[in-house]
Amino acid sequence: MLGFLASVIDGVLVGFVYGLAAMGLTLIWGVMDVVNLTHGVMIVCGMFALYALINTLGIPPYVALLPVLVGGFIVGAGLYWLAIHRVVGRPALMSLLSTFSVNLVLVGLGTAVLGTGLFNVDVSIPGFSLGRYTFPGAHIVAAIMAALIAYALYLFLGHTKIGKAVRAVANNREAAELVGVPTTRVLAFTVGTGVAIAAVAGMLIATLFPFTVLSGDDYTLKSFVVTVLGGFGNPLGALFAGVALGVLEGAITPFVPVSWTLVIEFALFVVVLIAFPGGLFAPRRGAL
Amino acid sequence: MRKIYLLAAAAALLAAPAFATDNTITIGFTDSQTGKLNVDSQGQSRGYDFWRDEVNAKGGIDVGGKKYKIQFVNYDDQSVGGRVQQLYTRLINHDKAQFLFGPYSSGMTAPATVVTEEYKKIMLDSGGAEEKPFQQGNKYLYMVITSAGHYLSGAVDALKAKDPHAKVAIVYSDDPFSKAVATAAIPQAKAAGLDVVMEASYAPSTTDFGPIVNKIISSGADAFLGGGHYADGATLARQLHEQKARMKFMAILVAPSDNKFAELGEGALGVTFPSQWEPQVSYKPDFGPSSAEFVKAFEAKYHQVPDYHAASGYADGLILQHAIEQAKSLDTDKVAAALNATDATIFFGHIKFAVDAGNHGLQAAHSMVLGQWQKENGKLVKQVVWPEAAASAKMLYPIPATMN
Repeated sequence: MLGFLASVIDGVLVGFVYGLAAMGLTLIWGVMDVVNLTHGVMIVCGMFALYALINTLGIPPYVALLPVLVGGFIVGAGLYWLAIHRVVGRPALMSLLSTFSVNLVLVGLGTAVLGTGLFNVDVSIPGFSLGRYTFPGAHIVAAIMAALIAYALYLFLGHTKIGKAVRAVANNREAAELVGVPTTRVLAFTVGTGVAIAAVAGMLIATLFPFTVLSGDDYTLKSFVVTVLGGFGNPLGALFAGVALGVLEGAITPFVPVSWTLVIEFALFVVVLIAFPGGLFAPRRGAL
Repeated sequence: MRKIYLLAAAAALLAAPAFATDNTITIGFTDSQTGKLNVDSQGQSRGYDFWRDEVNAKGGIDVGGKKYKIQFVNYDDQSVGGRVQQLYTRLINHDKAQFLFGPYSSGMTAPATVVTEEYKKIMLDSGGAEEKPFQQGNKYLYMVITSAGHYLSGAVDALKAKDPHAKVAIVYSDDPFSKAVATAAIPQAKAAGLDVVMEASYAPSTTDFGPIVNKIISSGADAFLGGGHYADGATLARQLHEQKARMKFMAILVAPSDNKFAELGEGALGVTFPSQWEPQVSYKPDFGPSSAEFVKAFEAKYHQVPDYHAASGYADGLILQHAIEQAKSLDTDKVAAALNATDATIFFGHIKFAVDAGNHGLQAAHSMVLGQWQKENGKLVKQVVWPEAAASAKMLYPIPATMN
């Protein structure tokens, strides 16, 4: 019983980070109907940014948050002008292809320069124990930070002028343009924010698990599941869905053979999609 | 940036068909220059290259009194199994490769064997440890390394020597190689009298092992065998440490053999790993360099210590060279006969191939060593701890609880 509880708590902690990662994807999706297939590689960029910052400047891991956030935003805005600007509003396949190409180029460059070997950031923060089960401090800190960043994004979208502009563009781009919202800049800003969040999520993941240049694929898959469960284009929904996915993984593992975890996870995913086609936390129109 | 230009130039050169001349031997292979297998595969290719350069520097291979230089033709298989058959067909038909080396990993080797066998070409395999392709009546396929079924035998023996009643959790990645290793290790552990308290496989895409580690703790296990490849194996080791699973013994596949595993810090301490070869081994070679000579020359050229992938790649070349010299011919059947008769010790260990129809070409003599991450002057280093005859240090057992 204690083992079950421990696994559920572990699931909640990691779930917050999954949720944060997916928020980056769902924000871009919700505002401009673009599926950003560079998502995984941006998560990996966050991981390597942390690794580089720690090993060159020797800064404490969580101080890297700010540079990663700013760097991620700049890269994201660049990505918008490079690969997304021309395909916004065009058939979905166009943006899929253009972001997928950028993804392939970046993964190829990463493999050529860094190889596919192992990287690890050693973060030791004392955790707490429940009987024989231990929760590492880094997991707790990552979960809290993920929740705080998610909440900050929520406040930002709801209560600032730029946030309102983002929501206006998401709702109706033409109408927003008619009332003087600079939609192109808003779109670039959104991609910048989405990528910055993905990079920060990557940075947090790098404090938890070892990684390689190719780790992005696994997190892209998870982010898609979370995005769909959370309701397309609903950042807060994504956070809850991330936690739900983490809890599910934690709750299933003690009872079934480990190899069944994914099967059950995706079976439930299909069931949810049938019952709630818009996701568990489907946004009301204009909820973003 | 220069690296990329070089890569592009190399790719352009490789795209040109190679024409065998009178005094060259063409050897073809694919390697994973890109994709998830790139680290290990590049190690193996470096072993191939190193062997070729050494042979050519000495004037080539002696075939009945005439010297032949070695020429390689290779392609990037992108770590994608589907590319392999197409590329090996091209190597044989278009590039006229006379002999073949294997790609890296079991998943890539199996499809390649279908092609090499169809065209009756000899292929030396140093990167695919799965037994299955060798149990299908193939006649021109030879495995230089220890096969998957024996990967964890040393770990089981070492553990049994320390605690005959250890409670073992065997948890492995659900991919062909790890599965072959673990499914062989489970009966071996049981036969050795160990108490296998947990057997489980996980999806290769697993990112968080927290719940799995909790399950291992719940099982009451005090020893761990398993893992898979890089990220998963390292994550398992780190989470077993962070979640204070207090394993007295851990043997993890692949990841710990990478020098970068030391980045795990305390999490790496005491982790053992099966290895085909380590620089410290001291076999007395019948021909070719000793282990120390190989390491020294390799380091001088590549400025890094060779890993077992580089050593096994070099061993491929050495064994093929020996067989050609024995056969005094480049004829496939004569060289195959010489390979069948091979029974020799090289720097890599004892090499002998099974010749019965049901296992033809499988490695019958080579055995693995067990490495362990230990601390020396405050730094993490790899030591060979099993078999005791080849050990460079005593095994750290149990892994200190304060550390774990």
